[in-house]
Amino acid sequence: MFDSLSSKLQNVFRNLRGLGRISESNVADSLRDVRMALLDADVNFKVARDFVERVKAKAIGQQVIQSIQPGQQIIKLIHDELVELLGAENAGLDLAGASVSLMMVGLHGSGKTTSSGKLARLLQKQGRAPLLVAADVYRPAAMDQLETLGKQLDLPVFVKRGETDVVRIGREALAFAEANQRNVLIFDTAGRLQIDEPLVQELVRLREVVQPREILLVLDAATGQEAVNVATHFDQALHITGAILTKLDGDARGGAALSFKSVVGKPIKFMGVGEKLEDFEPFHPERMAQRILGMGDVVSLVEKAAETVDAEEAKRLEEKMRKGQFTLEDFLAQLRQMRSMGPLENLVGMLPGGGDMLKNADLSKSEKEFRRMEGLICAMTPLERRNPQIMNARRRLRIATGSGVKVSELNNLLQRFGQMQQMMKKMGKFQKMLGRMGGAPPPGLFRR
Amino acid sequence: MGLFQKLKAGLQKTHSKLVHEIKRIVTGSPRLTGTTLAELEAALIGADLGFAMTTQIVAAVKHAYETQGGAGPDVFAIAEAEVARSLAANEPALKRAANGVTVVSVVGVNGTGKTTTCAKLAHLIQDRGETAVLAACDTFRAAAIEQLQLWGERLGVPVVAGAYHADPAAVAHDAITAAHSRGAQFLFVDTAGRLHTKSNLMKELQKVHRVMGKKLPGAPHEVLLVLDATTGMNAINQAREFHKAVTLTGLVVTKLDGTSKAGMVVAIQKELGLPIKFIGVGEQPDDLQPFDAGQFATALFSEKG
Ligand SMILES: Nc1nc2c(ncn2[C@@H]2O[C@H](COP(=O)(O)OP(=O)(O)OP(=O)(O)O)[C@@H](O)[C@H]2O)c(=O)[nH]1
Ligand SMILES: Nc1nc2c(ncn2[C@@H]2O[C@H](COP(=O)(O)OP(=O)(O)O)[C@@H](O)[C@H]2O)c(=O)[nH]1
Ligand SMILES: [Mg+2]
Ligand SMILES: [Mg+2]
Repeated sequence: MFDSLSSKLQNVFRNLRGLGRISESNVADSLRDVRMALLDADVNFKVARDFVERVKAKAIGQQVIQSIQPGQQIIKLIHDELVELLGAENAGLDLAGASVSLMMVGLHGSGKTTSSGKLARLLQKQGRAPLLVAADVYRPAAMDQLETLGKQLDLPVFVKRGETDVVRIGREALAFAEANQRNVLIFDTAGRLQIDEPLVQELVRLREVVQPREILLVLDAATGQEAVNVATHFDQALHITGAILTKLDGDARGGAALSFKSVVGKPIKFMGVGEKLEDFEPFHPERMAQRILGMGDVVSLVEKAAETVDAEEAKRLEEKMRKGQFTLEDFLAQLRQMRSMGPLENLVGMLPGGGDMLKNADLSKSEKEFRRMEGLICAMTPLERRNPQIMNARRRLRIATGSGVKVSELNNLLQRFGQMQQMMKKMGKFQKMLGRMGGAPPPGLFRR
Repeated sequence: MGLFQKLKAGLQKTHSKLVHEIKRIVTGSPRLTGTTLAELEAALIGADLGFAMTTQIVAAVKHAYETQGGAGPDVFAIAEAEVARSLAANEPALKRAANGVTVVSVVGVNGTGKTTTCAKLAHLIQDRGETAVLAACDTFRAAAIEQLQLWGERLGVPVVAGAYHADPAAVAHDAITAAHSRGAQFLFVDTAGRLHTKSNLMKELQKVHRVMGKKLPGAPHEVLLVLDATTGMNAINQAREFHKAVTLTGLVVTKLDGTSKAGMVVAIQKELGLPIKFIGVGEQPDDLQPFDAGQFATALFSEKG
């Protein structure tokens, strides 16, 4: 889902992450790329423009320019802004009361009938007694289609073949529901253009009679720039209460979701993810935003890092690294910190392009190695950890046996640690030099 | 690059800029203002041409504008001509088999208007005094068979159908036999909607075509992809993937009676060079028109709704 937008934005973010500092002008550059990516995702051009403006204002207001990892901060800004746009909370249906009606509306072929069936299935599972109402009097076999879905679900369908007056259908369906103890009516209406005034008025009349609690606009995820007009018109005429986004099982980038939310301001309540009746999920703005950006997982990584990594601690470690005072004890702390963020596989999988990396690398091996290292260091005394040079053959044998590995493995670890220390010392000097020249950022723990 | 080359390249740029500027002054062409260009860009993107295509057209327009001279031709008129030109090499007529029945397979993602287009095409053929047969190869979607059968009844066109969940290839096979024995000129095959990302469903479609080709060499003679005008950039993926799977011969753009301009076909045309054969402008049988590049381009820049 959203593959193309994802890869585009990932490029943008890759660039951002690579930057140690972000100046006002390169924020603008990156945001221009974001705008382009949004347009390619079918976000309406006005919506995209406003979005970018907003992020820009925030980015500069928050002085990301001075932060240590501005790239990540911008990622979070863009993500948060997108979540805000899509709606912060997952909104359910408002179905309080003894008997309520829902009305499905939208353009031709957007998925109204299928979504009616999907909703009926969901409500049935929640213990309600749904009645499907065939109120599409235009499309050939539309009523048969709904009836078939009802049969599949073992649910009643109100069908009046030959009737062309939807208002009459509405009235009779209400009476039928009352007589048959059905407490949720789902009205499947015919597809229509938002500019087809007589047909839109037909829906207005149906609404008068049925007094639906929810009027849901069914919107195809692949809808282009016109999503804004479609949503605006239907909302103005009918006061819709929300939307269902369909066909998200494809690779449409789903910009219509953003367009819809930003012009109508009503929640997207569900999403269709397939042709079958069970292919239906509550809409999660957060997940959607992350999916659209394709770096969602990066966002959770950043958040996770922020959660688990004590900033002070990280700073202390970095300082030590630079001075070449990094001990095995510190190494253990760092290992643990990384491990507390979850299995390595998950961590790498969260990074852009990490999926590809996972294909090639045997991470479970690295994971095992990590654990073994941890075990080895744990088996050392604090004194040994601080002064590796005191580890003679006897001590080494004790540690190796204690953690169930061969001495050669411990030797290997110590050797590698020694190399690491050397490298850090060099880096530290190099950085001091650069620092004096006003260049390069300090080595962040999570820079790759 | 050495310093000398760098300088030279830099000068080259300045030089061509200069030449352009002189030409502009000589021809008396006005310079384009930022606002006009922004307006043009908004119109193109708003018509679903997409960012890349829009950038290309804006550049072409800028160039044309500043070299054509005279009284400052209308930017939008140039853009319109640009779009019309890029879509002009279209041949809207349906192909015909050398002899016997011409098989037209109608494919696309869910809900774009395939079934309705099949009915409209059959109607068109009948209007010409020829005969058509419809094949109900969507054996998956609820009431898809009834939908086509109702169209058949309404138009007086025979419909060949199987059972639900039957192999659509078998239905297609039988339909060719039926079309033969009826001496029909055209067979329109209504296939199930499928997302181009679902490889099993794309394989199913390939099989339908393979079976038809075995039964009747050359069939299907036309493979028409039905695109919904309301679709945005995803239409490009749809066209690309369907073309890869079943070698399309043309496009049909439906729902152009709405407010969408279907600008994404400009990019599709550029990438795949597929002719747009028909447009759908309503739900009735005669709401089908041969594609006209000029009209399409004009509509692209006109206000609707
Ligand atoms: N306004 C308008 N509606 C159209 C047009 N073509 C088809 N429709 C409507 O679009 C809806 C879907 O059309 P279908 O022909 O059933 O589409 P399909 O591609 O066969 O759909 P599936 O088989 O379900 O994938 C129906 O309500 C049609 O009446 C058109 O050109 N304009
Ligand atoms: N792949 C996919 N197809 C869907 C989804 N929802 C609906 N469809 C298909 O889209 C087409 C049109 O759906 P339908 O419910 O008849 O649309 P309506 O005209 O708005 O009532 C049908 O082929 C459905 O099977 C979805 O979430 N994913
Ligand atoms: Mg329907
Ligand atoms: Mg169909």
